[in-house]
Amino acid sequence: MTDTRKLRSSGNWRTVYGGPLLIGVLSTAGLLSALLYEGLGRYFSWLALGAPIVLTAWFYARRRRA
Amino acid sequence: MVHTWSSLISTLFLLLLCITGLPLIFHHEIDELLGYDPKPEVVQPGAVKRSIDEIARTALANDPGRVLQYILWDKDEPNNIIAFTNNKVDGDPDAATLRAYDAHTAKPLGSVGGGPMLIFLKLHVDMFAGQPGKLFLGAMGFLFLVAIISGVVLYWPFTRRLSFGTLRDKSRRIAWFDWHNLLGAVTIAWALVVGATGVINTLAEVMLSQWKANELTDMVKPYAGKPPPVHLASLDKTLENARKTAPDMTVSFVAFPGTPFTSSHHFAVFMRGDTPLTSRLLKPVLLDGETGEVSDARDLPIYLKALLVSQPLHFGDYGGMPLKIIWALLDVMTIVVIGSGLYLWVVKRRKHRSHAIVVQPSLQPSR
Repeated sequence: MTDTRKLRSSGNWRTVYGGPLLIGVLSTAGLLSALLYEGLGRYFSWLALGAPIVLTAWFYARRRRA
Repeated sequence: MVHTWSSLISTLFLLLLCITGLPLIFHHEIDELLGYDPKPEVVQPGAVKRSIDEIARTALANDPGRVLQYILWDKDEPNNIIAFTNNKVDGDPDAATLRAYDAHTAKPLGSVGGGPMLIFLKLHVDMFAGQPGKLFLGAMGFLFLVAIISGVVLYWPFTRRLSFGTLRDKSRRIAWFDWHNLLGAVTIAWALVVGATGVINTLAEVMLSQWKANELTDMVKPYAGKPPPVHLASLDKTLENARKTAPDMTVSFVAFPGTPFTSSHHFAVFMRGDTPLTSRLLKPVLLDGETGEVSDARDLPIYLKALLVSQPLHFGDYGGMPLKIIWALLDVMTIVVIGSGLYLWVVKRRKHRSHAIVVQPSLQPSR
């Protein structure tokens, strides 16, 4: 599993930092939305800040299946 | 090198902060459960709110020999009025007593705070070591930020050949290495914000004394050299005047003359807005302690605004229960990042040492 993935990953900045960067931007938006907008902003913050947790669970589940 | 040392020095304290911070996310719920968060009685039909002067008298009668420092209106329970008494107006914050009073009956409802959550809070804020302890934890928080940023730089050479989210179970070391990278990567923004706002919070006293030395001194210039008020003005009249100055705002708390939040001559009534953001941005109205007339009202300087806005971003208390649960899970993920980082360092070091022992003898003959 690891070896095929190693081959697939070419090691440019997008494959390395792309995922974390996206999660980072999403989390920051979530942190601010609940502070700036009542109601909708709150719901968005739950989704956006929950994303790192859901993503981690997904990576974990996928690892188990492989 | 930067990543290793900034993390190592701060590791134990960061673990302390993360672990004590975990129950503090839910301190409101826990305090309520343990009876440290008294609730007002059900409002009887036709009941009228008591005057604040009466509540102040009741509070002083309840704690004889003490003085009032602050009266605070609970944001979530407007019928809960919390009175702070202390042995003197500028007494040690740890010596303050907080009691809740019912807005309609002026009945004492019980003391606020205290209990196990206060111990967690003290450990989290200053480790029972006062201002030096607080500033020390601030420095540890700063190292945490350095560790995160240096970790981002190291992320490149270490994960360049792996796809995002790779979790291998080849060996215990590799498994923890992958978890360290994955959890570290997905929590970066949250950890940076909670870390940075925590550091800002450690500077609260420094910022407050800065404000008192500059803005506040300037606001109370006409009173320089005057003796402090002997007979305090009526609180209800004072509050009414403050509300007139900021009609679209609500009273958050009033600081009595001589307390750390105001001058020795003035009541400071801190007004707040009502959105999640503006409810944090307090505006002080200064009122003459003897007459209750408005002396001055100015917005807080930018650094105190930054402090006030940074607080919810540190506590996670501004988005309901789901946000608190998310905050707790992200905190647990951060604990795993710190713990696995420490583990990886120990394993690497052990390997180096055993390596050195094996290598040394073979080097000896050549010397």
